[in-house]
Amino acid sequence: MVEAEVWQLYRDMLRSRLFEEAVTDLWEKGKISGELHLGTGEEAIIAGVVSQLEEGDAMAVDHRGTPPFIMRGIDPVLILLEFLGHSKGLCAGKGGHMHLFSKEHLAASSGIVGSSGPAATGFALALKYQKQKKIAVAFFGEGAMNQGMMLESMNLASVWNLPVLFVCKDNDWAVSTVTNNVTGGKLIDRAKGFGIEGYEVDGTDVEAVWKVVNEAISKLRNNDGPQFIHAHCVHMEGHFLGDPLLRYHRNPTMLVEAADSLKQYAGESLDEVFLLLRKIGGQLKKKFDPLVVTQKKLKDNAERLKQIEEEVTKEIEQVVYKTLEIFKGGVKDD
Amino acid sequence: MTKMGFAQAIVSAIEQAMAEDENVIIMGEDVHVLRIPKLLPKPNLFIRFGKERVKYTPISESGFVGAAVTAAMAGLRPIVEVLFADFLGVTMDAILNHAAKISFFSGNKWNVPLVIRTACGGGYGDAGQHEQSLWGWLAHIPGLSIVVPSNPADAGGLMLSSIYEDNPVIYFEHKMLADYWLDYMGSGGRTTVSFDVPEKGLEGEVPDKWESIPLGKLNKIKGGNDITLISVGVGVHRSIEAANILEEKGISAEVLDLRCVAPLDIEGLKKSVSKTEAVLIVDEDYKNFGLSGEICAILLEEGLSFKYGRVCTENTIPYSRELEDQALPNTKRIIDKAVNIVKK
Repeated sequence: MVEAEVWQLYRDMLRSRLFEEAVTDLWEKGKISGELHLGTGEEAIIAGVVSQLEEGDAMAVDHRGTPPFIMRGIDPVLILLEFLGHSKGLCAGKGGHMHLFSKEHLAASSGIVGSSGPAATGFALALKYQKQKKIAVAFFGEGAMNQGMMLESMNLASVWNLPVLFVCKDNDWAVSTVTNNVTGGKLIDRAKGFGIEGYEVDGTDVEAVWKVVNEAISKLRNNDGPQFIHAHCVHMEGHFLGDPLLRYHRNPTMLVEAADSLKQYAGESLDEVFLLLRKIGGQLKKKFDPLVVTQKKLKDNAERLKQIEEEVTKEIEQVVYKTLEIFKGGVKDD
Repeated sequence: MTKMGFAQAIVSAIEQAMAEDENVIIMGEDVHVLRIPKLLPKPNLFIRFGKERVKYTPISESGFVGAAVTAAMAGLRPIVEVLFADFLGVTMDAILNHAAKISFFSGNKWNVPLVIRTACGGGYGDAGQHEQSLWGWLAHIPGLSIVVPSNPADAGGLMLSSIYEDNPVIYFEHKMLADYWLDYMGSGGRTTVSFDVPEKGLEGEVPDKWESIPLGKLNKIKGGNDITLISVGVGVHRSIEAANILEEKGISAEVLDLRCVAPLDIEGLKKSVSKTEAVLIVDEDYKNFGLSGEICAILLEEGLSFKYGRVCTENTIPYSRELEDQALPNTKRIIDKAVNIVKK
């Protein structure tokens, strides 16, 4: 892998991160409604995969659709207008962040955990039937590996020898449940059980992700059957913005008060709840942030890092400006 | 009597039942941590009863609801939480082909005392994969009771009767009424957003000790002579608001809270409609093939003659708050339709 690609991957990740930071700001101001699940922390996985997709490849994404949509080259202004519920948004304001669709990119989202497995399998079925030599990617969390539909689709993709890349983004948490406490065996063994080749990778290291995905995609394009990537990461904002566990972490006096008032219930269950509240905070370290990890790799060329940061910051500022102008009716959408 | 929130009332009734009967257990995703923001001054049920009775599950709705059906057949009284009513779609086989059928197929010799507790409803901008109501869709299936409370006193009393009911009950808690759901899904701790939360649904007087409210008994909230407004859940509050405005326009509206979509209180409906001879059904669930059409059909079968209209959700619920407010039954739509019916 040549250096230039890491720089491009870094730029992809940074665009996504700064876009989602702008989204967070608008959400906090109350301009975006409902739940908001960010992909901050999983950018290295998304960049490592999406950068290797060709035109005509399909993408089935989960409730964290923003990074893959941004990195696939879909207009960020349309995405942001969608989040604002505007009629000129990507889905006319009817879908919102959990239900992003772009027919021309064969990119479809869902807020139902596990549904990206069957979705990618069906895309791959159609692409293969049409002799298109294209592939389909499924993005999902490790929580989805306990959904029947996900496992059923892995079996289907295997027996039909379909070009599906199953990408499991493992952050250790199924919403607020520690995944290990509710998951038997190893996920990669599940894939192997279906006859699907699996790769385990550090999902904060974009170069490592790119490499295993490159190998897996070569096999997919060679008609060698579905592939499984198990990539480990951390969600920098928990399950969604305003994650109740993170609120405790960020406001320790709440934790102290809770501990104090619950003393009389001391026992195994109470310990478990407090363990969770502590665990989530312990993960939010800079060393797990894929942006920071990549910046470290590229630190010898500080000037170029700075230049990219300036360029991307400017681009995202313009995206926000243009979006808000359209939102206010100030300019016509072109 | 004490004052309690809607959500707190549900938890309190469950707590009472769990203390009374050790066969009552809870299963569901995140049940150990849900409601932590509201955990003071009382702990959540996980802390109170421990992990053997309050079991957190993987995200495997079809698996754990299916397992709850036979756990109920083997002597437990499980309360299973499915986070959103929309996710009932994932677990439908367990409900449709098993929970609802076992009693019938066994010649009524084997029951399924199961409660499926699920958050429903819109009004906070989460779009139509997380805001559906779906009670009519479920009530279509013989063998299920469908409970949709509208206030804290009913929420607790109906939960208690659901737990002690020997057949499966789907219990819907509207996110506009249950404060922790709205906190998680709607505000996320923000103070920059606001919602049209019905005050009397959010908090109210409840009995000191919970007593069962029989399933299938409607509650007349307001008397009236010109038209009967029939609803459940948040729709009841929108109907009361509309009825008060209709009063100013010289239209006397009776407001009925069905409490249960199945079984329906047919006698209670007949009593009101034979007096007013005009019906408006306010249903946050879908219009087609649902509660609103069913009530009309039943009343016609009963030989009643009446003027009729309905205000329902007619399409997939859009994400945009502005579009969403138009899509869900709102007070203006109810008033307009009621005036239209009465003047027919």
